[in-house]
Amino acid sequence: MIEFRLPSLGADMDRGTLLEWRVQPGTAVKKGDVIAVVDTTKAAIDVESWHDGQVLELIAAPGDVLPVGALMAVLLEVGEDLAAARARVEALKAASHGGPVAAAPMTATVLAPAEAEAPRAARRVSPAARKRAADLGVDVGALAGTGPGGAVTLEDVERAAAPRDRHAEMRKTIAAAMARAKREIPHYYLYEDVAVQAASAWLRTENEHRPVTERILIAALYIKAVALAARKFSDLNGYWIDGGYRSAPAVHVGVAISLRQGGLIAPAIHDADRKTPVELMRALGDLVQRARAGSLRGSELTDPTITLTNLGEQSVTGILPIINPPQVAIVGVGKVSERPWVAGDRVMPMPVATVSLGADHRVSDGHRGALFLAEIRDLLQQPGRL
Amino acid sequence: MDEQTLRATVFAALSRIAPEVTPGEIGTASPLRDQVDLDSMDYLNFLIDLHTRLGVDIPESDYALLGSIDDIVRYLAARIGA
Repeated sequence: MIEFRLPSLGADMDRGTLLEWRVQPGTAVKKGDVIAVVDTTKAAIDVESWHDGQVLELIAAPGDVLPVGALMAVLLEVGEDLAAARARVEALKAASHGGPVAAAPMTATVLAPAEAEAPRAARRVSPAARKRAADLGVDVGALAGTGPGGAVTLEDVERAAAPRDRHAEMRKTIAAAMARAKREIPHYYLYEDVAVQAASAWLRTENEHRPVTERILIAALYIKAVALAARKFSDLNGYWIDGGYRSAPAVHVGVAISLRQGGLIAPAIHDADRKTPVELMRALGDLVQRARAGSLRGSELTDPTITLTNLGEQSVTGILPIINPPQVAIVGVGKVSERPWVAGDRVMPMPVATVSLGADHRVSDGHRGALFLAEIRDLLQQPGRL
Repeated sequence: MDEQTLRATVFAALSRIAPEVTPGEIGTASPLRDQVDLDSMDYLNFLIDLHTRLGVDIPESDYALLGSIDDIVRYLAARIGA
């Protein structure tokens, strides 16, 4: 039996709202299929299944506010016995219903549809929350509690009463992640001015015969160079989890995308080291569009193994980027500008971009970081090989 | 296609990329990207949208001709043969 629980779609997420089910009981599901759409403070996210199976029962209902780890649905494993699974589902639901359940997220209470119809008196509501709910005219019976044992807390009531301010929520989410990064990660920063003449010339030639719909931006070359370098430097590509470092077997480059209404999000381009610049360009265009439309997939938010923040040509020279935990490195690229460049005994104008690195000193040292940046610099000198 | 329609098409494409922009607040004679926050990807998507709506391909070497809204309208009119 597969327990489908609300995944954490970012270091800073503690709850989500189920917007819609994309499956019904009986639906056969393959690994990677979208099962549900969940609203987080940043965006509505398509949440995927991590297993093959068949939907046995949907436990959460659209509109439920669920803590991370909450049981949302139960899937049958391939070839599993139906009767036995049903019995275990009942046991699971009973276990999560009554009793002084510890507040640990993995055992958080979720109301099943049947339970939602139970008498209101059965709900656990703190006295302060009950009083506040009465003042604000909030129906506590309709709330999913986030307190111990699923109790409705004062905060739950106030959240339900307040009009949703997505911008404020996004700021809070970013604040939580960045405060954690600055509090916990001993960053070191390095930067290098990189000549992008070869890259620009290569793009000019490439784009000359490309229709506007298939044009490549320099961002695609940056992504590829970062991905190839990350593959080589395993101490910059991975996660700091539970007090230790785990390098990632694949390279999923998170790309920082600013949202027009404010805020930003850094979803992953999967296996970026194995994509061509054309494929990366297509993936980037698609990602930007979906990030702004609010239709990213859960794996895109949880998977980045390293992040790239490309400031863009209208922007500034450089950035000292802050790592997005639990990752351990982030690469920044400033705008391309014409600068005086010394080659031999001559000074000439050169298009230059300042490439910077913010990395986690718990995992790597400046020397490794410098080699990593030099690798990116060298890769960008041979754009045809990217 | 008359100039009025062409201008409206350009604004329609722009507002798809930058929904917060209202046509009234854009100076049509001054550089567009000084007034609207468009990164390279936004700008490319803007051109792709114009391409889709009008069937005009815009070579990269012509980007320098596309500074202001007026420039863009003039350029597109010439390409369409309006």
